[in-house]
Amino acid sequence: MIVGQQKPFDEIWEMVKGHKQLTVFGCNTCVAVCHQGGNKEAEILASLLRMRATQEGVTIEIKDGGIERQCEHPFFESAKDLLGESEAVLSMACGIGVQFFAEKYMNTPVYPALNTTFLGDVKSDWHFTEKCQACGDCVLGATGGVCPVSRCCKRLLNGPCGGSTKGKCEISKELDCAWQLVIDRLEALGKMDDYEKLAPVKDWSKDRAGGPRSFKLEGF
Amino acid sequence: MEIKTKSKLEKVFKSGAMAVTSECGPPRSSDPAHIITKGHLIKNHVDAINITDNQTSVTRLCSLAACIHLKLEGLEPVLQMVVRDRNRIALQADILGAASFGINNVLCLSGDHQSFGDHPKAQNVFDLDSMQLVQTVRHMRDEGKFLSGDEIKLPPNLFVGAAANPFADPFKIRVPRLAKKIAAGAEFIQTQCVYNLEKFELWMKGVVERGLHEKVFIMAGITPMRSVGMAKYMARAVPGMDVPEELIKRLSGVPKDKQADEGINFAVESIQRLKECKGVSGFHIMAIEWEEKVPEIVERSGLYPRPVVD
Repeated sequence: MIVGQQKPFDEIWEMVKGHKQLTVFGCNTCVAVCHQGGNKEAEILASLLRMRATQEGVTIEIKDGGIERQCEHPFFESAKDLLGESEAVLSMACGIGVQFFAEKYMNTPVYPALNTTFLGDVKSDWHFTEKCQACGDCVLGATGGVCPVSRCCKRLLNGPCGGSTKGKCEISKELDCAWQLVIDRLEALGKMDDYEKLAPVKDWSKDRAGGPRSFKLEGF
Repeated sequence: MEIKTKSKLEKVFKSGAMAVTSECGPPRSSDPAHIITKGHLIKNHVDAINITDNQTSVTRLCSLAACIHLKLEGLEPVLQMVVRDRNRIALQADILGAASFGINNVLCLSGDHQSFGDHPKAQNVFDLDSMQLVQTVRHMRDEGKFLSGDEIKLPPNLFVGAAANPFADPFKIRVPRLAKKIAAGAEFIQTQCVYNLEKFELWMKGVVERGLHEKVFIMAGITPMRSVGMAKYMARAVPGMDVPEELIKRLSGVPKDKQADEGINFAVESIQRLKECKGVSGFHIMAIEWEEKVPEIVERSGLYPRPVVD
């Protein structure tokens, strides 16, 4: 899923404080799972903004609402009325939702309340870790199901580097060395010989480097 | 043995002699005088001089320009190239640039992560990894082609090296990893600084068992300790470095003003011992900002005079 983290409150306040009316919209899917951008968090953030407005003597009408998924048209139907009354929108969605808003409502300013941080898993209710960079050319079949592109800080395809120490990465003792995990998996699978297969130079044109990506289903 | 390049280092290896290299770090300045002075300080005691490439991710005068300065002085540089800062377009361009100045050696590295350096907020590149850079230089030299497949009219003729760290984890893949670098095309290897001689010898045993020492020239990395503080720092803070407790004790056991001498003694003893280690073809002496000690280490280790090759 997409993981996001709320921006510092002061940064959010600076973006929105000039408006007379603002609606904070939660996005109740990915970013709700990580407790950063769901409808509940939208309600809390709206309250905090109202308090800040009072403290600073600024008049802003602040409402809150929710859109189940801010990246698909049908989910906007239920919020139509509230949107119609909104001078500006503070979106609690990931960057995708914010842009979907911007594209859909040409004349309504929209601000991001979150920094979209990574594509990751839910290790526990409170712990989320990056697992994919959407490089467009998955190598997991060759690496025992451990992604070196997202999990090695040098995205080495033929790792580990010389900084791997006791299973940890050279940049942090808190961070697992992805290549240690690859090797552990290859060993568990009885496929250590695969380690010596040279990974070819990667085609990064399928990654961000190739420009914005899209695809269309033929005959759908 | 067939000589493939104009590299002096290749010729020394293939003459059967133990090779000696050292390295110099370029300045954080546009003034090349310092690196030229360092090069002249050690030129008679080594076969080639590595020039580091923004080592520890700290921005410096670039490796290629520093190599050119040494080359113009008649010295034999080894161009270190990390894949952290340049994509395949820039790397291949710099390889051609190096060859155009008659630089004969390249060492292909990943590079320390930028979080260690002076620009921790920088983007990193890692378009290729170090093995793929080895493959790329060999492809350019031997096939006369760019990675794109386009022909290179006058291919670069470089002797290609890579690094190995026998002390990084997991240990069990450190021999397979060397095999992989050889398969990628590495012709010589410079290792991480060796302080744990037993572990290095264990790694070399695995290397020899697979016959890898017959496919690549392995140079053991030697860095003299200047003080017990340096030893403790390396043990604690440098990833992938193995500094045994005995060495720290040994340095602590002598007065402060004698610790540097003791560090040199240990370096010399290490070389003397590893000269006898099967599969070791030379030594890479990294005297960090202490280049003036390289001649003494080389002489006391019985590696002087250096062989003359044409």
